[in-house]
Amino acid sequence: MDYITGGIFRACGLIFFLDREVLGIALLSLRVSAIATIFASLVGIPLGFIVGTGTFWGKRVVITIFNTLMAFPTVVVGLLLYAFISRQGPLGFLGLLFTPWAMVIGQFILSAPLIVALTISASQGIDPRVRLTALSLGANRFQVAQAVLSEARFALISAVIAGFGRVITEVGCAFMVGGNIRGYTRTMTTAIAMETAKGDFAFALALGFLLLTIAFLVNIFLHWLQGRRG
Amino acid sequence: MDSYQFIVEDLTKFYNGKKVLDIPHLTIKRGLIHGVIGPNGSGKTTLLTILSFLVQPSSGRIIFNGLEVSSQLNDELALRREIAVVLQNPFLFNTTVEKNVAYGLKVRGMNKNVQKEKVSECLDLVGLAGFERRRARELSGGEAQRVAIARGIALNPEVLFLDEPATNVDNIHVEALERIIGELNHKYGTTVILTTHDVNQTYRIADDVIVLFEGEIKKIVSKDAFRSPL
Repeated sequence: MDYITGGIFRACGLIFFLDREVLGIALLSLRVSAIATIFASLVGIPLGFIVGTGTFWGKRVVITIFNTLMAFPTVVVGLLLYAFISRQGPLGFLGLLFTPWAMVIGQFILSAPLIVALTISASQGIDPRVRLTALSLGANRFQVAQAVLSEARFALISAVIAGFGRVITEVGCAFMVGGNIRGYTRTMTTAIAMETAKGDFAFALALGFLLLTIAFLVNIFLHWLQGRRG
Repeated sequence: MDSYQFIVEDLTKFYNGKKVLDIPHLTIKRGLIHGVIGPNGSGKTTLLTILSFLVQPSSGRIIFNGLEVSSQLNDELALRREIAVVLQNPFLFNTTVEKNVAYGLKVRGMNKNVQKEKVSECLDLVGLAGFERRRARELSGGEAQRVAIARGIALNPEVLFLDEPATNVDNIHVEALERIIGELNHKYGTTVILTTHDVNQTYRIADDVIVLFEGEIKKIVSKDAFRSPL
């Protein structure tokens, strides 16, 4: 029990005194996950909207694929991405392996299907009168889409939160394609796994608390944004 | 200018193989108030949505302002921007009353100050002065209906379509609504096409009355027939 309370005290100290290593790890985690989530949202929201509101052959199959991809194991994504960007892989010449950008790509692959699937569900749940009302008031096709997305904004922000939550907490992909290099690709989750394995429970716990705090703060910010846009 | 706003020829509409509208010939004169009455399922809303370019007919010709509207609408947006539709059970966007009323003006790229002025003028007209900051979703059914009407008249349309405009509106405001429709028609020469169950209301305000039954026009009564001096 002592090591838990000791860990908590040390965690508070590391966070309170802004330990440089902890801060560096936290900032890298945030940066990688934020960039991945932004790209995943830029691709996922329009794609989800098109699939959700469009009528085309094979729509149900496409929706099923995205729903399945939501549960794509992080290590499998890491493994496949590793195969592509490793030196012998088809994209090996880009030199991405064990860089933060490799982790961004991996996390993009993890969060995009989740955002697409949740956007599909959000756009299908929108009252059909939104479209008709916007049309009847003289909106063009783009403005109609904007009106529909605006009505779905609460669900869309939830989709982005879920996408961010999936990637900030994942460890498998970041470990495999990032390599957990100290000061370069070490994120909170990979550091927690490593420090626990090493027996430095306090440091791992400090990072764990910090991860929870960041996830909490990001959620508060996004919910505040939700309220503001409402 | 052509004295006919609409000329309709051989118009039909089928839903799931069932003919819901069959109008061999109909003319709608410019600058008048036209009432469309009939029981539920008589095709009133279908006729209104076809004339307002929101729904395509199955067959037939529509001539608007002397020009034939083809089924492959090239300039559908320009046509839709000459009219305004207040749908039955209208949908209000999940935002403030002001933004709802300003929506049609905004999509037309109108200046923000003009939008503000127009919004308060129209809210005043429908008896909702000072409602700008209220959340649209927190309004009563009657208030929501009047906001939708304000949203339509704010556009100063050439043709205003009102589908069952008195639904959810109490007696006092029905009178106000009838006065507004009359004023709009008198002041701006707006052609008004309104559907209703209320025969008395129609005869009170309409210049002519189109009686629909089972998708067919049974009778068109001109104002001269029911507004002859005593």
